[in-house]
Amino acid sequence: MSARTAPLWQFRQPSVLPGFGLALGVTLTWLVLIILIPLSGLAWRSSALGWATFLELATDQRTINALRISFGTALAAALVNVVFGVILAWVLVRYRFPGKRLVDAMVDLPFALPTAVAGIALTTLYAPNGWIGSLLSPLGIKIAFTPLGIVFALVFVGLPFVVRTVQPIMEEIDKEVEEAAATLGANRFQTIRRVLLPGLAPAVLTGFALAFARGVGEYGSVIFIAGNLPYVSEIAPLLIVIRLEEFNYPAATAIAAVMLMISFAMLLIINMIQAWSRRRYGYGA
Amino acid sequence: MAHEAVSNTGSGNTELVRVATSESRLARYGLIGLALGFVALFLVLPLAAVFTEAMRNGPGEFLTVLSDPETFAAIRLTLLVAGIAVPLNLVFGIAAAWAIAKFEFRGKAFLTTLIDLPFSVSPVISGLVFVLLFGSHSLAGPFLQSHGIQILFAVPGIVLATVFVTFPFVARELIPLMQEQGTSDEEAALSLGASGWQTFWYVTLPNIKWGLLYGVLLCNARAMGEFGAVSVVSGHIRGLTNTMPLQVEILYNEYNFVAAFAVATLLALLALVTLVLKSLLEMKYSEQIAASRRH
Amino acid sequence: MEVRVQNIRKEFGRFPALNDVSLDIRSGELIALLGPSGSGKTTLLRLIAGLESPTEGTVFFGDEDASRKTVQQRNIGFVFQHYALFRHMTVLDNVSFGLTIRPADRRPSNAEIRRRAGELLDLVQLSGLEKRYPAQLSGGQRQRVALARAMAVEPNVLLLDEPFGALDAQVRKELRRWLREIHDRTGHTTVFVTHDQDEALELADRVVVMSKGKIEQIGTPDEIYDTPNSPFVFGFIGQSNMLPVRIENGQLLMGDQPVGVSAPGEADGAAHLYFRPHDIELLDGEGSISGTVVVTRRVAGTRHVELDIGATGTKVEIELPPEKFTSDRARIAFRPTRWKLFRT
Repeated sequence: MSARTAPLWQFRQPSVLPGFGLALGVTLTWLVLIILIPLSGLAWRSSALGWATFLELATDQRTINALRISFGTALAAALVNVVFGVILAWVLVRYRFPGKRLVDAMVDLPFALPTAVAGIALTTLYAPNGWIGSLLSPLGIKIAFTPLGIVFALVFVGLPFVVRTVQPIMEEIDKEVEEAAATLGANRFQTIRRVLLPGLAPAVLTGFALAFARGVGEYGSVIFIAGNLPYVSEIAPLLIVIRLEEFNYPAATAIAAVMLMISFAMLLIINMIQAWSRRRYGYGA
Repeated sequence: MAHEAVSNTGSGNTELVRVATSESRLARYGLIGLALGFVALFLVLPLAAVFTEAMRNGPGEFLTVLSDPETFAAIRLTLLVAGIAVPLNLVFGIAAAWAIAKFEFRGKAFLTTLIDLPFSVSPVISGLVFVLLFGSHSLAGPFLQSHGIQILFAVPGIVLATVFVTFPFVARELIPLMQEQGTSDEEAALSLGASGWQTFWYVTLPNIKWGLLYGVLLCNARAMGEFGAVSVVSGHIRGLTNTMPLQVEILYNEYNFVAAFAVATLLALLALVTLVLKSLLEMKYSEQIAASRRH
Repeated sequence: MEVRVQNIRKEFGRFPALNDVSLDIRSGELIALLGPSGSGKTTLLRLIAGLESPTEGTVFFGDEDASRKTVQQRNIGFVFQHYALFRHMTVLDNVSFGLTIRPADRRPSNAEIRRRAGELLDLVQLSGLEKRYPAQLSGGQRQRVALARAMAVEPNVLLLDEPFGALDAQVRKELRRWLREIHDRTGHTTVFVTHDQDEALELADRVVVMSKGKIEQIGTPDEIYDTPNSPFVFGFIGQSNMLPVRIENGQLLMGDQPVGVSAPGEADGAAHLYFRPHDIELLDGEGSISGTVVVTRRVAGTRHVELDIGATGTKVEIELPPEKFTSDRARIAFRPTRWKLFRT
């Protein structure tokens, strides 16, 4: 046997740097203890329910409504954030105006502000007697304590995901590409619509997915503003909490399992689109 | 980077050129107005509301509320939980980044995905998994009960849920940064006779310190502010298992708005400090932090 | 279409990039803007395109004042150094772009656009790659797509900014020859920017040599090489030697030695003598420049000889046919046969 023959299957490529075993050991131990065991506990508990029970719990009308509200409002909020997030990123990358630094820093507020604080603040603003709510209620517009209120909270929570995903890609746009479009006769609108925005699509899609995923699971900022009316404005995470408080563990487990499955399936699809985009266009986000 | 055409001296037809790579003045102002309006409505106003509502009955009441022993206990618990969870995830983050960024091995992409997992799990579910694991109906429940070990509705449970939720923050910040820096610095140090720990301490750590601080900052903000996961495992025992965000909820639900907003003010200040530090770090060490933004 | 640039001045802030530049480009001509970086050549190209506007001066397309038109209205074709292809579009869509965005009344039918794009891809020898994306092409292929895209709008003038700058040496040479062929076939008025004199001299009908925001000389490659009209052009294009000389009674002297060159009618005084290494003849003895051989190198079909002449330590390099140089020669005397004087 020659020592020079490369092994057929190699776990890792040779490196002179030390500490691989220790670092990977710590990582895996921590990952297994904190993430994998608890999550597999959930998987095990939901599979222990049996298919029939699981289906019955998952298709309970209140559960279905809650899931529908969670995913529906998260979708609406993510769409709003795509529009305004792209505009905000554009303004921050392209224009100069007083207070720009401040606005740029403020975009991260939803990352830094605890969700419960955001929740009570938004409720104060949009409740019928609140700062903005009192202006709207004479017009017959109700935001707080309706599904619309949930959307508002989720817009707040999801905004930085879109801006922070799109912004760096926008900064890297080659000015020559815009000039090329102009020399070919494209007006500014055509350049933006046909050249710039399609180039940003993978980043926008990623930002959308992140904002959507966050919105689906969001709890703290929503429960204050939602009104939490069963079947109408009760989100799925809240229903899990309610079932837990009733010590109805099977129901809580089933709702959680459904939520996780849908979320993971979505992330998987997004990842596949990204990989496809990278293969085809040579870029993703 | 602003893309406006370089200003011309003594020429009237700058406008002609500007249309190549920028929008008309009207469109520009329109977009800026739209963006600023959106930011004001969704970000500035809520923040302003927190401070205004807390001061509604004057600073006197604000201070009285804050000196309440329950509030005090909540602050202490929040600091304790963050003080445990952040260092733990710091060590984990450095280890994970070292393994992932400096070595090539099979299953690396999968490992990275697993580390990101908590980001796509609802905070409520993050709490639920620990209830299922340690609750009285769980496998471990009877064992824990018979040995008098309290995890749920106690500090250990709150710490576990917080660690789960803040798990990826430091690692996520460090992995792209360390990947970008490559391994040549470390190889040079080793070739000069440095030991593994010396290499890490004198070469790697100085290279990543600002990125590391950035990650810790975000991790800490989330650890102190986490609501959903902690709410599920805490049991809401006043003065014992209420963190600050939970205290906000309880006070608010009791219609004690001024008190709720007073506690919220502290959390909002924490957020503002985080944002300021974050911006300072980004301004001063942008090249060291930018890697993670591009990822 | 002919393009005239008249008395253009361009300042960036207070930095003058171009100073009173005038240039007539004939219809169908292939012109090179050649100069070191910072000479203003790219700025001039971008001014013609309408990507920059002049501080003063006018650009005419034919008889029409183009200075008042936006880049979109000028109908030019511009090829960028880094291709600037639209990465989310196929090769075919990239080439068709300029036609598809036209307003309905000037837009050819889809079939016509497709036909024209196909024709152009044929011309740039990329047929069969219509469905590819830019990321799937080599650098040379990308630049050919960029050229086809620029030609698709049937531009008044084709402008190329260092078109081969990002390519490796082998591909550069191929594309250079190929660009000349395309130009001869299509006859577009073409201006390209380069800092590579070989590229300019080999490819262009006329070369515009620029330095520090000014045009130094305009001429055919032969004129530029054989009769440079300024020390800068002499030094920038090809190899050259410079010797400080003194003129006395129509005779050139270096120190007290005649250099074997007479300039009848030149006023007395100091001057610089420029000549190319191969424009010399060997002599024996007096009335010439002579020096000791420092080092010699054989480069392809010629021998390069570096000579140390005189106490000043001035070195000159001359080129000889290999058979004229034998290794035992320690001293060489020669006389420039073609030269130029610039007064100091």
